[in-house]
Amino acid sequence: MHPAASRHYADHGWLQSAQTFSFHGNYDPLRIQFGALRVLNDDTVNGGKGFGRHPHDNMEIISIPLEGTLEHQDSIGNVAVIRRGEIQVMSAGTGVYHTEFNKDPDEPVTFLQIWLYPKKLNVAPRYDQMEYASGDRHNRFQQILSPDPDDEGVWINQDAWFHLAELDEGFETTYELKTAGDGVYVFVIEGNVTVDGQLLSSRDGYGIWPDSEVSVKALGKSSLLVIEVPDQW
Amino acid sequence: MSQTKILAIAYHAEILETIIRLINQNESWHGISAGSLEEAEEQLRLNSIDLVLLGVGVDEQAGAKINALCQFIDPRIVCLRHFGGGSGLLYSEIRHALAGG
Repeated sequence: MHPAASRHYADHGWLQSAQTFSFHGNYDPLRIQFGALRVLNDDTVNGGKGFGRHPHDNMEIISIPLEGTLEHQDSIGNVAVIRRGEIQVMSAGTGVYHTEFNKDPDEPVTFLQIWLYPKKLNVAPRYDQMEYASGDRHNRFQQILSPDPDDEGVWINQDAWFHLAELDEGFETTYELKTAGDGVYVFVIEGNVTVDGQLLSSRDGYGIWPDSEVSVKALGKSSLLVIEVPDQW
Repeated sequence: MSQTKILAIAYHAEILETIIRLINQNESWHGISAGSLEEAEEQLRLNSIDLVLLGVGVDEQAGAKINALCQFIDPRIVCLRHFGGGSGLLYSEIRHALAGG
């Protein structure tokens, strides 16, 4: 269980970052990873500001905007803007440089920056983004990421699945594991829920290793991100 | 003050340069670069390395070879894979390895 307030807060002036796991200059031996999930940063970037040109390799990097617009440029020729309702993935593989800037000069952008360890090392770098239909996650889990290029959502170089859900107050459901033995990390974007009986509020995270499914109940109107990851790969 | 000598091996010159620059920002660490397996072996034999970072381009086979060489030279040398190619994970990877994690 990772309560929102237990995350590391980094204030860089232009960037406010709430970090669930050890990142950048923050090291906590008890907060290294959850299976293949290595980074879960809840970032807010001021208008017109952003991350300048910097490199990455061998990491699956996923961005999910919650508010505002983010402009991406990279060394493999991609220039793109993503906004709420879209997801961006970058397989860094053998190496890529990129920038991420708030497209709006005035309004902040808030997005989840998520890094997963890759299944295979040194793959060719790849970028993709996708818009997902907002109505498809009302009282159900909407798949937005998988390991399969032919499955719903974007795909990455890891046996992981991401689902979003927007649940009405009192709605109960279960998330069924895609692969036995995987872990499930539930991040509450907004609202209050119970996950296998554990109470979670906005921006809380909870990682569990279920037998086959996870029960979720919304205590109020709630929005969730469910991340399924392997322990070994 | 004794510095921790960190050998970073990566086949991407710009990323390797970035990693070394980031390592050297910490005054208790000293970064040494190797852009090939041969260069890494030479550096391991010439320097008293404490920690080895296997970076981009170093595949599983080459990583195993470097790890075996580390064990042969000095079993206390910690050999680990570096992910991400920049500042995101580098600091905690090194801290975690030095702490025995």
